[in-house]
Amino acid sequence: MKSNIVYYLFIVFFIFVFVVFFKGLNDSNIYTPKTEIKIIPEFKSKNFINKKELNSKDIFSNENFYLLNIWSSWCIPCKDEHPLLIDLGKNEKIELIGLNYKDNFYNAQKFITEYGNPYSIILLDEKGTIAIEWGAFGVPETFLIHEKKIIKRYIGPLNKESINEIEKYIK
Amino acid sequence: MKFINYFLVILLVFNLNLLKADEIKLQNKISKNLRCLICQGQSVYDSDSEFAISLKLVIKNKIDENFTEEQIYKFLTKKYGEWILYDPQFNKNTYFLWILPLLIFLFGGAIIFKKINKH
Repeated sequence: MKSNIVYYLFIVFFIFVFVVFFKGLNDSNIYTPKTEIKIIPEFKSKNFINKKELNSKDIFSNENFYLLNIWSSWCIPCKDEHPLLIDLGKNEKIELIGLNYKDNFYNAQKFITEYGNPYSIILLDEKGTIAIEWGAFGVPETFLIHEKKIIKRYIGPLNKESINEIEKYIK
Repeated sequence: MKFINYFLVILLVFNLNLLKADEIKLQNKISKNLRCLICQGQSVYDSDSEFAISLKLVIKNKIDENFTEEQIYKFLTKKYGEWILYDPQFNKNTYFLWILPLLIFLFGGAIIFKKINKH
């Protein structure tokens, strides 16, 4: 009788461990904490094209929708999401702003001429410090802004689903 | 006279060096207490990822802007959440974490005390 209970307990324990580990297989091995930054950080940056200094307040001056996309020419997933951004850029209700993260100027220029430019303004972040002001992890990363607040954040490349979601917001 | 002048210049240079050394020490101390968020298991100090390199630069800039250590932690937790700190601050989310070892210690102590009294 006693050995039976031990036997069942052992099986239950084994199943429990199996389920926990099996579920863990699907989890990303990088934990991303939920941060609730809602306000657009204040920063100064240079325009990619004419190198003029820009203030964050002047860039996000309207209550409209903005999409800040952190990209780089050396980042492979950025190439994957780029066609989606170009499609989204055709939508007049949203303004796309690029933040060129730790890039070589000529490579970035080449990237833009080769794959197209969906952005209305491209900002330079040569040292990666502006991305940190945004609480970003790296490239690519995207922030949806409405009424001067960050309403949605996408870590990693955008996909069709996230684009649909953005389009739902700006309807 | 000339010798004294040289001596003073050398002394000044060495003193400036010390000032800088303090700054670097603080910078290292802070970056050792920060978790590199994209290469978890490493501190920002140890990591050479793009994220960590930028973060080290941000810390340096903040020190130059006369931010204190506490203010820098506060600034970063605002951006990345408490998770970035290796040394979690004492608040209502973490008080269990801080008090639990103490409780276990007291519990163990109580058991030992009881056993000794019995004998």
